[in-house]
Amino acid sequence: MHKSSRQKLLRIAAIATALLAASVAQAAEVVVDQLNKTFVIEGNKVEAISINVGDTLRFRNDDPFFHNIFSLSDLKTFDLGSFPQGQSKTVTFDKAGTVEVECAIHPEMYMEVTVK
Amino acid sequence: MKTHSTLTRKLLLIACLGASATGAQAAEDYSSFLRPAEIPQPDNNRITSARVELGKMLFFDPRLSGSNWISCGTCHNPTLGWSDGLPTAIGHDMQVLKRATPTILNTAYQPLQFWDGRARTLEEQAIGPIKAAGEMNQDMDELIKELSALKGYRDAFEDAYPGEGITENTIAKALATYERTIVSTESPFDRWVKGETHAMSKEAQEGFEVFLGKGRCVLCHSGFNFTDNGFHNLGLKNDDDPGRYGIRKIKILKGAFKTPTLRDVALTAPYMHNGAYKTLEEVVDHYDRGGDTKDNLSPNMQPLHLSASEKASLVAFMKALTGEPAPVSLPRLPTE
Repeated sequence: MHKSSRQKLLRIAAIATALLAASVAQAAEVVVDQLNKTFVIEGNKVEAISINVGDTLRFRNDDPFFHNIFSLSDLKTFDLGSFPQGQSKTVTFDKAGTVEVECAIHPEMYMEVTVK
Repeated sequence: MKTHSTLTRKLLLIACLGASATGAQAAEDYSSFLRPAEIPQPDNNRITSARVELGKMLFFDPRLSGSNWISCGTCHNPTLGWSDGLPTAIGHDMQVLKRATPTILNTAYQPLQFWDGRARTLEEQAIGPIKAAGEMNQDMDELIKELSALKGYRDAFEDAYPGEGITENTIAKALATYERTIVSTESPFDRWVKGETHAMSKEAQEGFEVFLGKGRCVLCHSGFNFTDNGFHNLGLKNDDDPGRYGIRKIKILKGAFKTPTLRDVALTAPYMHNGAYKTLEEVVDHYDRGGDTKDNLSPNMQPLHLSASEKASLVAFMKALTGEPAPVSLPRLPTE
C-alpha cells in the first residue's frame, strides 16, 4: 500500500476509534430501583424519564418480592422475566422515541421512557 | 396502643413496604392496615346521594339483563359477601361460567377490575357483565329504551346526572357510584390494630405473625385491602384459563389472576378464581404445598412446612378480617 494511503487509513481509524470512545463515554447507565412497588431513581419516585440513544437502564429489585419488568412498545419490546430482591437486569435503548415500561406482576408500576 | 413487641416490629417493617420512596415515618404507615378515610372517586363522577340511590336501583333491577331475570345483585349478593356462594358463576340461560364471582367489597380501592384486570375503572367494569352474552346478555339500546319508558328512572337519572339523560355512560356511572359505597366495616383485626388488646384472639394474633412471616402471605396480600392489586399464578390443578395473559402477553402472566381482597373473606367461600376450595383450611393447605401445578408458577410460591397449629392460627387470623356486614336496604324499583 502506498505510504500516503496507509497514513490516510490510519487517520480514519484513529478518528473512528475516537468517535467510538466518545460514544461509549457518553452512553450512560441509569439505575432504576423497584421499591414499594414504584420505580425509583436516586431515592425519588419516577413515572417518566428522559435518556439518550445508547443509554442503559438497570432495573434493580429492592422489594422483598418478585418483579417482572417488560415493555410491549413498538420501539422496544422486552420481557426481563421475574427477578427477586437484590437482583438487577439491564436494557439498552438504541432508538429514539417513547417506551412504556411496566411490571407485569404489579401493573400499577408504570414508567414512560423518552429516548432522545 | 399496646406494645406488640416482635409483632410490632414486623408490622412496622411491612408498613414500610407501603412507604413513599422518600421515606415516610413508620408511625404514620402503621395505620396503612386500616381503611383510608376517603373512598377513591373520579373527578367526573363524585359520590352523591342521588347517584348512590340510582345506582342501587339499577344494581338490584333484573330488567338490566336481557332475560329481565338477572340483576347485578343476583351474583353479587349482599347476603353472601357480595358474591354468590358458587364455585363459578351462573349466567344467562343458566350457563355455568369459568370463573368465580368475585366479591365487589372494596372495589373502589382497586386500580383494575375483574379477575384478569381488563377494566381500568369501575364505570367500565359495571357495563361489562350487562352486555356479555354469557352473563346478563343485554342489548344496551334496548336497556336504554326500557329505562327511558319509566318515569321513576327518568326522574332518578335527572336528579343524579342533570341534563345527561339515560345513556350507557350514566348507567355505568350510577352503578360504579353505588359499588364505591360497598366497603368493609371494622373487623376484630382493625380494632386490635387500634389498640383493643382483646379484640382479636391470641390464636388470630399468632396467625398474623405467620401471615407476615413464615406463611409469606403478605408478599401478595398487603395493605389495608390485603391485596397487592397484582397478578399471580398460584398453581391450581386442572385449570387452563389463561387469566391475565389474555390481556398482557407476558409469560409470567399465563394462568395469573388478580390477588383478591381478604376483607370479609370468611363470607366469600368458595375460594380462588375457579372456586376450587370450599374452606379457608383448604386454601391454606394449597399454599402450604406450594401450589400443585408447577408450570409457570408464581416465584413467590414455595412449600411452607406449616405446622397444624400454624395453619389453624392463619385461618383464625383471616376470620378476624371479617367485620359485621353493613346493613343493606333494598330499593323500590320503578314500575311506571
